[in-house]
Amino acid sequence: MFSYRTLKEIIRDPISLFFGLVFPIVLLVLLTLINRNVPVDIFNIDMLTPGVAVFGLSFMALFAGQIVAKDRTSEFLTRLFTTPMKAKDFILGYTLPLVPMALLQTILCFVSAMFLGMRFSFSIILTIIFILPIGLVFISSGLLLGSLFSEKAVGGICGALLTNVTALFSGAWFSVELVGGMFEKIAYALPFFHAVEMGRAGMNGQYADMLPHAWWVLGYGVVISIGAVYVFRKKMKV
Amino acid sequence: MIAIETRNITKAYGEIKAVDEVSIIVNKGEVYTVLGMNGAGKSTLIKMLCGLVKPTSGEGLILGYNLIKETGKVKKVIAVSPQETAIAFNLTVYENLELLAGLNGFTKKERKGKVNEMMDIFSLEPYSKKRSKELSGGWQRRLSIAMALVSEPDILFLDEPTIGLDVLARRELWQVIKDLKNKVTIILTTHYLEEAENLSDRICILQKGKVSALGTVDELMAQTQTSSLEDAFINSVKEVINDENIDV
Repeated sequence: MFSYRTLKEIIRDPISLFFGLVFPIVLLVLLTLINRNVPVDIFNIDMLTPGVAVFGLSFMALFAGQIVAKDRTSEFLTRLFTTPMKAKDFILGYTLPLVPMALLQTILCFVSAMFLGMRFSFSIILTIIFILPIGLVFISSGLLLGSLFSEKAVGGICGALLTNVTALFSGAWFSVELVGGMFEKIAYALPFFHAVEMGRAGMNGQYADMLPHAWWVLGYGVVISIGAVYVFRKKMKV
Repeated sequence: MIAIETRNITKAYGEIKAVDEVSIIVNKGEVYTVLGMNGAGKSTLIKMLCGLVKPTSGEGLILGYNLIKETGKVKKVIAVSPQETAIAFNLTVYENLELLAGLNGFTKKERKGKVNEMMDIFSLEPYSKKRSKELSGGWQRRLSIAMALVSEPDILFLDEPTIGLDVLARRELWQVIKDLKNKVTIILTTHYLEEAENLSDRICILQKGKVSALGTVDELMAQTQTSSLEDAFINSVKEVINDENIDV
C-alpha cells in the first residue's frame, strides 16, 4: 500500500517523469544524430546506449531522496511513524516502486536504441539485467541522502552533484583512459565506470568481461544499501 | 476511566531537560490542552506520548499500555495530526484517507466505508478526486485531521491544528473538534489561548519542561487570582521564570 503511494507520488510529478523516462531517450537521439554527422566511436549506438542507461538511472537517487526528504520535512513521516508500520515497511515502500521504474527506464532506453539502429540480440536482455544493480546503488544513495538532508539539499546533491559525477566518471561521454592520471583512478574506484563498461562488454558479447565490473557495482550496491538502511533507521528511530 | 497517565516522565538531551518529571492524568473522552511558551516542552511531551521519542526516565501508560515496552499496542490506539499538514500532496483526498486506513490494517471493504464516513464528517466529498496539494490551507488541515481519525483512534493528538488558518476556517475546525468530544480523547497543543478556552476540558501549562499549572479554565483563573485565561497563563509562566531567577 505504501509502495503504491510512493509510485503514485513519483509518476504524478511531471518533472520526475521527464527526467526518469524521456530525458535519457532525448540524449540518446541527440547524440546519435551528432554521431551521424561527426562519427565518434564512443557514440556508436552499441557503445552509447549502456552509458545513457546508466546516466539515466542516476535520476533514481533524486526521486528516492526527494520523496524521503519531503515526507520528513512535511511531517508525513511523523504521521506514519504512529501507524503500525515497521522499519522494513518504510524501506521497502520507498525503494521497491523505483525498481520497476528503473527497469522500465532501461528497457525504454534500449528499445529507443533499436529504433536508432541497434540490432536486437540476447546480449541486450543480459545487459539490461546486469545494468540494473547500478539502479540499486542510486536508489540506496537517495534513501541515504533523503534521510540526512532537506528536500532542497537533496535536489542539489542528487540532482546536480551525483548526476554530474556519474556523467564525468562513468566514461559514457568520453574515455576516462584518455584523461588518465588521478581522474582515471577515481573513475575506476567508483561504480559508474564499471556499470557502463559492464554494459558495453555485454553488448559486445564478451560476457566473461562483465563479471569483474559486476562485482564492483554489486559491492557498492550492498554497502550503500546497508548504510542507507542503517542511517534511515537511526535517523527515523524505527 | 484513564486514557493517559504519566509518572515523572522526563526527556533529557544532555544536561538540558526538555521535559522534567511530568506527571499527568488525562481522562477518557476529554479535550486536554497543553499550553506553553516556545521551548516549554510541549512537543517533546507529545512525541513521548505518541511513542516517537523515548523517555529518559519515568513511565507512561496509554490506555494501560506501557509507552516503552508496548509501543506497537500504543500505536494501534493513537493517531496524530502533526503541526505541518502531513499529507501526501500528489495523492487525491480519497487516496490520502484510503492510504491511512490501509496502513492501519483495514480491509478494502472496510477502507471504503471508513473513507466515505470521514469525507462525510469533514465535508470533503466535493474534493474527493482533487489532489491534496490543490486544496486551500483550511481544507488541507481538515484532511489532515480526517486522516488521523480514519484509523478510529481512541486518542487523538492535535499539534497546533489551526495554525495559519483564517478566522472562518478556524471556527469550522473548532466545531469539528467539539463534535469529537466524548467520542475520542483529544490532546491538543496550541498557542491560541482563545482556542484553548473554547475547546478544553482541562489545561496543562508547561514551563521549562515542568507543569506550572493544571486545571479547568475556571480553576486556573482561581489559582492565579486572575479574571482571564490569558492573565492566568502569563501569571503561571511568570511565576516559574521569577522563581528560577531567585534561585539563580
